Amino acid sequence: MASRRVNQDLPVIARFEVRHRNYLAPDGSIARPLPAFASDANLLIALYRAMVLLRLFDKKAVALQRTGRLGTYAVSLGQEAVSVGIASAMREEDVLLPSYRDNGALLWRGVKLEEILLFWGGDERGNCFSGPLHDFPFCVPVGSQAPHAAGVAYAFKLRKEPRVAVCLFGDGATSKGDVYEAMNFAGVHKLPVVFVATNNQWAISVPLRLQTGSETLAQKAIAAGFAGEQVDGSDVVAMRAAAEEAIAAARDGKGPHFIEAVTYRLGDHTTSDDASRYRSADEVQAHWKEEPIARLRAYLVGQKMWSKADEERLATECHERVEAAVERYLATAPRRPETMFDHLYADLPEVYTAQRRELAGEHDA
Amino acid sequence: MPEVTLVEAVNLALGRAMEDDPDVVVLGEDVGVNGGVFRATAGLQKRFGAERVLDTPLAELLISGLCVGMAAQGLKPVGEIQFMGFIYPCLDQLVNHASRMRNRTQGRLTCPMVLRTPHGAGIRAPEHHSESTEAMLAHIPGLRVVIPSSPERAYGLLLAAIRDPDPVVFLEPTRLYRAAKGEVQDDGEALPLDRAFVLREGRDITLIGWGAVLKETMAAADALSAEGIAAEVIDLATLKPYDESTVLGSIAKTGRCLIVHEAAHTGGFGAEIAAFIAERGLSSLLAPVTRVTGYDTVIPMARLEQYYMPSVERIVTGARKVCQFS
Repeated sequence: MASRRVNQDLPVIARFEVRHRNYLAPDGSIARPLPAFASDANLLIALYRAMVLLRLFDKKAVALQRTGRLGTYAVSLGQEAVSVGIASAMREEDVLLPSYRDNGALLWRGVKLEEILLFWGGDERGNCFSGPLHDFPFCVPVGSQAPHAAGVAYAFKLRKEPRVAVCLFGDGATSKGDVYEAMNFAGVHKLPVVFVATNNQWAISVPLRLQTGSETLAQKAIAAGFAGEQVDGSDVVAMRAAAEEAIAAARDGKGPHFIEAVTYRLGDHTTSDDASRYRSADEVQAHWKEEPIARLRAYLVGQKMWSKADEERLATECHERVEAAVERYLATAPRRPETMFDHLYADLPEVYTAQRRELAGEHDA
Repeated sequence: MPEVTLVEAVNLALGRAMEDDPDVVVLGEDVGVNGGVFRATAGLQKRFGAERVLDTPLAELLISGLCVGMAAQGLKPVGEIQFMGFIYPCLDQLVNHASRMRNRTQGRLTCPMVLRTPHGAGIRAPEHHSESTEAMLAHIPGLRVVIPSSPERAYGLLLAAIRDPDPVVFLEPTRLYRAAKGEVQDDGEALPLDRAFVLREGRDITLIGWGAVLKETMAAADALSAEGIAAEVIDLATLKPYDESTVLGSIAKTGRCLIVHEAAHTGGFGAEIAAFIAERGLSSLLAPVTRVTGYDTVIPMARLEQYYMPSVERIVTGARKVCQFS
């Protein structure tokens, strides 16, 4: 560290620390006393069900992509606990600003499976979803939604509304100025915003060690004037607990918070990627021992909160839900071509109406 | 009516918009206590408070991104980029978010924001302070691009831009900030965002321009008049979407057209107007559509900038050639 090279006689004027949070060990045993909400079996089971549904949905989506019925798709395999845990701590009136891999958060907030399929199937109507109307759609340009989160949070503060903006992005995004500029502004105004970096170790093929020389991503918040913590992102109890505390504090006027969710992307970056080109099977295999679903299942089963029969019922239920959603997605006809001009402006300027008519005419002919 | 400068008209419009609508928020570098480096936001923080007139950190990408977030929440942010040379970090936000938020969410989220920035050269400013890259902004679907050339139009068009439900980039001709004076009634009356303004009527040639070059273009029309050439001068004012019918109507009358802009020649917005006239007004044309523009070079620093910008002489010479063509 650079500081070691500084003259040791000079006074220390600031010290910072970053803490790491986890509750469930990879084998499902209790690493430290669980937070209060964990005594609510229904909540833990709801978190478990959401992660299982997401994994099954991902599997189906990839199958659709491989058979030419869906576009490029990004799976959450291995990191389901992050988006599910975070979203579970939000209120309806809070605003979610997700990255493109945060399906779990959208689903928790009421977005329908077929709407997510519509989006990845190339239809803008997927972004006009059944979740909270004020939530942002998936953000594809990495990290560029972070300044939006700061703007949303500023609006809350200006109007004195007890609401919180929650912004999710990946480890790669923390290298971008967008994210830092947003965090810096949030720190200046103590805005009600929670930034969550899903550190899944890989930004497509670039490993974290080439992304940053920083020991943690959490410490990046310190330079912006607020706390960052590292959380076991494969422990949904830890994710939920960290989110709950951060969101409550932000709602209470205590300002922003940064959560580094340390997890692992067990799947390819997207269906267009082949991760075996840049990382070893051994590395991936080792991380399968930490994945969030088996971990929570082990805990639930150990606590007699979950049985084999429950598991079988859930599998059937998820399968039926996904299949029904796929049917609805596949049955949704494309929009008429000229509708690409709809919602371009509140009122389409007269000069563009001829182009719209041309599209409509070609379609009719 | 009181006579004000163009920058004072901008200030009046901002004050009026903030007075009328509590959702209007002004943000940017030095816009608060300092009132903006050109004084466009002078006095606003005192009137409306530091929460609605906020000094942002020195980060242009942030300013544009904040506007998108605020606008999605129903505020009407008016961001200021101190000089056009610093607008480029905002392009990601303008292209990927502001201009397409409504479309990509099918109307669920919208982006009623304005990004204001000084435009053009001619004030002997340092490097990177004299840009006129409006063509790249006008190429972005879903955006509106507006540039006034008088205090009256600055006032009316800025009010319209702030009230518009979609994102607007509002370019303010730096050279006219204090040089252009005119009567402005602070009555809250907006001007339409999709209309060009005929500044002078004439039957022999149509001169089309926007922003500061209209000053030289009007002077050129005076000089041409002395030679017996009656030039019609159109201030395009809104580049996106531009007023096709006023352009076509004028070409139908004059049959000749010279386009004047300060931006570099190749790929400038004049090329769009020329192509449009070729597509839609060819039968009216008596001569090729011609352009007098900045050169295809980096905008030079102060010592040479006057050679770069279209002069009255270049415009008169260009117009004369178009009129002599047969």
